[in-house]
Amino acid sequence: MHISEGILPLYLLGAGAVLGLAGTAVGLKRTKQDEVPLAGIMAAAFFVASLIHVPLGPTSVHLLLLGLVGLLTGWACFPAILIALLLQAMFFQYGGLTVLGVNTLNMALPALLAYLFCSPMVRSAKQPVVVAGAFIAGAGSILAAGLLTAIVLALAGEAFLPAAKTVLAAHIPVAAMEGIITVAVVGFIRRVKPEMITTRSG
Amino acid sequence: MTHTSFSSGHSLIHRTDPRVRLVLCLGLAMVMAGLNTLMGASFALLLSACLAYSAGLPLRGVSQRLLLVNGFIAFLWIMLPFSASGETVLQMGPFQATREGIELAGLITLKSNSILLCIMALVATIPMADMGQTLASLRVPDKFAVMFILCYRYLHLIREEYRRLASAARIRCFRPGTNRHTYRTYGYLLGMLLVGSYERGRRVHQAMRLRAFQGRFYSLRRFVIRGRDLGVALGIALPALALIVVEIYARGPAGLMG
Repeated sequence: MHISEGILPLYLLGAGAVLGLAGTAVGLKRTKQDEVPLAGIMAAAFFVASLIHVPLGPTSVHLLLLGLVGLLTGWACFPAILIALLLQAMFFQYGGLTVLGVNTLNMALPALLAYLFCSPMVRSAKQPVVVAGAFIAGAGSILAAGLLTAIVLALAGEAFLPAAKTVLAAHIPVAAMEGIITVAVVGFIRRVKPEMITTRSG
Repeated sequence: MTHTSFSSGHSLIHRTDPRVRLVLCLGLAMVMAGLNTLMGASFALLLSACLAYSAGLPLRGVSQRLLLVNGFIAFLWIMLPFSASGETVLQMGPFQATREGIELAGLITLKSNSILLCIMALVATIPMADMGQTLASLRVPDKFAVMFILCYRYLHLIREEYRRLASAARIRCFRPGTNRHTYRTYGYLLGMLLVGSYERGRRVHQAMRLRAFQGRFYSLRRFVIRGRDLGVALGIALPALALIVVEIYARGPAGLMG
């Protein structure tokens, strides 16, 4: 979920930029030279995925796949998400420049958590564990991103509190949908190209 | 991609060094993000509109994008007037709109639109192909610049691949709805897309290794900052300073710290 330009006060933008850039720096450091081209192309794949609108009840939402970004790119999720956001800002002026840091942090941190906590489950030999891990990665990362966005909005001032609550509530059905889709994607990749999930080290 | 591109043009802004434009835009956007008064924000919108006009941006493309972004702003207009505490100016059933809330929503609308116009005029006018080099020459880490260039390079190919998969699904009578079948189908489709991208990434990396890739791209083109670039930089920096002065004036003596 994006926060648009012009909403947050400077100190929040600054804090977001520092943390987002720090995460990106660590992510770049931990991405081996040999993995850089792959990470760039995976960033492109996730950018394309974010253009896909999937029906959800009376409306449709676009995919984020944060859990998958984490599971498949590991620490490189920080630079990958920053690049996708930068491209969105350049192509459609969606999001923006001063909010890049905050938005990167809000999305990449949940992706990283999905990688750290769920990839051992997703690599398991037991089918139910894999399904649970994939669902938690997919749904949990969206909920966490919604929560972070809501927290940042709430920090901007008490007037934003109802808006923050609405944002968080809107993430709940999306999280369920992303969880189901992530389970399907992980199942597919494990059958077709298991090394994408099982041989990541960084 | 679905919108008209702003990068092809011959205005003075288009001819300015992309590095100068990127840095100016970041500075200007940060000044605008710090505005706290309606007067300052109105002046900012005026300034951005002048920039967009002098970049010769097509009105249609600009309004398309602004419309898209103002969706979230409209959502704030529904919430903010009723959630900010202050002097009640409008009573709607059980809800009271406050002057402070309306002013806050107005301020956000002005700031948001001026920053976006500024990005459109200064950054969206940089051809994507130049952006990687721009980043690299601004001392962004090589790994990041390479990732950025490859991401942009393969974006369109991967999108084409998605279109192909989606039309294959449509031919087989796939009709998306809110159900498990739809989500599983999208999952398999995305899985195929990701596996394809992964293999493409491996192949590209092997091909690059074969051609002695050492972690960065070398470009024959050199960006040189000329007098004209400095002129444009000055022409944007001076109104930005004026903007800061207007803001300080509008805040009055008490608001300096805010």
